[in-house]
Amino acid sequence: MPPQATTPESAPAPEHSLMLLREMLRIRRFEEKCAELYSGGKIRGFMHLYIGEEAVAVGAMQVLQPDDAIVSTYREHGHALIRGVPAKTIMAEMYGKQEGCSRGRGGSMHLFDAATRLYGGNAIVGGGLPLAVGLALADKMQGRERVTACFFGEGAVAEGEFHESMNLAALWKLPVMFCCENNLYAMGTALRRSESETDLCLKASSYEIPAWPVDGMDVVACEEAARHAYLSVHSGGGPCFVEFRTYRFRAHSMFDPQLYREKQEVEEWKKRDPLVILQSRLEQQGLLNAEDLARFEDEIGAEIAEAVEFAEAGTWEPVEELTRFVYSESSRS
Amino acid sequence: MSSDGRKTVRISYREAMRQAMRDAMLRDPRVFLMGEDVGRYGGCFAVSKGLLEEFGPERIRDTPLSESAFVGAGIGAAMGGMRPIVEIMTVNFSLLALDQIVNNAATILHMSGGQFNIPLVIRMTTGAGRQLAAQHSHSLEGWYAHIPGIKVITPATLEDARGMLWTALEDPDPVLIFEHGGLYNMEGEMAADAGAVDIEKAAIRRSGTDISLITYGGTLGKALQAAEELAKSQISAEVVDLRTLRPLDTQSIIDSVTRTHRALVVDEGWRSGSISAEISARIMESAFYDLDLPVARICSAEVPMPYAKHLEESALPQTAAIVETARQMVGVRG
Repeated sequence: MPPQATTPESAPAPEHSLMLLREMLRIRRFEEKCAELYSGGKIRGFMHLYIGEEAVAVGAMQVLQPDDAIVSTYREHGHALIRGVPAKTIMAEMYGKQEGCSRGRGGSMHLFDAATRLYGGNAIVGGGLPLAVGLALADKMQGRERVTACFFGEGAVAEGEFHESMNLAALWKLPVMFCCENNLYAMGTALRRSESETDLCLKASSYEIPAWPVDGMDVVACEEAARHAYLSVHSGGGPCFVEFRTYRFRAHSMFDPQLYREKQEVEEWKKRDPLVILQSRLEQQGLLNAEDLARFEDEIGAEIAEAVEFAEAGTWEPVEELTRFVYSESSRS
Repeated sequence: MSSDGRKTVRISYREAMRQAMRDAMLRDPRVFLMGEDVGRYGGCFAVSKGLLEEFGPERIRDTPLSESAFVGAGIGAAMGGMRPIVEIMTVNFSLLALDQIVNNAATILHMSGGQFNIPLVIRMTTGAGRQLAAQHSHSLEGWYAHIPGIKVITPATLEDARGMLWTALEDPDPVLIFEHGGLYNMEGEMAADAGAVDIEKAAIRRSGTDISLITYGGTLGKALQAAEELAKSQISAEVVDLRTLRPLDTQSIIDSVTRTHRALVVDEGWRSGSISAEISARIMESAFYDLDLPVARICSAEVPMPYAKHLEESALPQTAAIVETARQMVGVRG
């Protein structure tokens, strides 16, 4: 069952709340367009939509600073967008165009961006965690006060790399903010069907890592939880673990008939749609009106239209360049 | 003094490798070593003995038995501006980190469209001959050589043990160093001022005219012994030390075979799907009409490595078999 609605401890400033809503809407509309383009054959390969989970990326990303690092998973469109990777280079990447944020070498699952320190887009479940540990180790060894945020799903906790990374990060007191996006299903396998212990925070706590759950459908609560974790990590307290309890409204990927869950369950969760929760709260408080919403839709619609146009106009990398980027082009590190 | 007048020192392969690490740590503050028992224990094969005392626990990092996490952490640290040397006790243990090596270290530069390179060095022991049985003795460097995105080097001499590491650390991409466990105790004279060497070219360790013995790593010594033995029967064998398995220096192999017209590949890996098969194929592709007879191979028997000494010895390429095969090949005129 979905968690019950909670009221965050302190209400954010109205402008900030509106921005949170707008950012969630950006992900939602962007991905709806992606799904449409996928059906139209413009985007191919595996594509995993984040719809339903927008509050996590939007909430968590608010607390990160420009020089912090992000390691994500194959369900990372939202992280990339909110981190500041331009929608047009993300879209071009999904088209496989060389103007894409990974030059068309990565696709939907492997969005990378040096400018915003987005280290992928990792499509091996659990495979990004050791990288986050290493990025944090480099910061610590070089005396830089930066944080690495590592996003992964609850499926990753079944992997050895999760446990090895938790232990190493805690042992070496590394500045990693572990952001577990618990959407209850590892592809089609429910958490209760794959874990003998379903309390994810307990697993992190067993490595002496401070851990707490948060309602992942409430963006304000997500931001609050992330800020709490960030401050602890940033002040040298070692890693933190936040379990964002969320839900994926769409199929796992574009090839999933969803035989493993009841439609009723999905409908129950949709009542707690993170956009609906925030929107109704703001409306109740008289902070949102129809004009605001219409303006958001217009602006976002224009941004997405521009992204699609950019991707359409993008160019295919010449086949002669196929073997570039296997090894570095300059000979020294 | 060596023949070229340089002052020499008597040194072991282990000590040469340790000097290389010490030198790298002194030259570049971004360099650090991490792995299982590299610190207090002094290294599983005592290669890092004394480094903890000199450089401290920040730069000589003992890790938990978590190959995937500490190799992945090496990748992350390399992307974060450090120059890590990650030590894995044996190639068999590296299989626990295959995800990080194959799915991350080898791919991230490409997947990111050239944005993130991984200047990482991973050292590990390989090979048999010490009765360590089937989980500590295999030669899987040929497997790794299959993978685009990483470089695979196999120092077989004192000079290469001393000199390849620094060049590997300067390389912008991941380099895997395979140290044959049987070499650590090898001693000899090395130039006192020996330093960095290339990690690209094969080397002719002995010149000859009748047959090319093409090998690397732990079997170089056996090939050189065989060449010495063959010389007694007036057979002039050239010994090619590949040094680097990826990218393979095909030209040096072809040049040698073009001179001798006979090629015998000696590889401690298994025969099927091996680096020796790759070398044989490249000779066929580029020097087929220069050959007097088909390429031959001496590889390990296709069994998991047994413990019993006599069985292990019979499973491995040995000098006598190299000599015998070479004699037959030179005896057969094309």
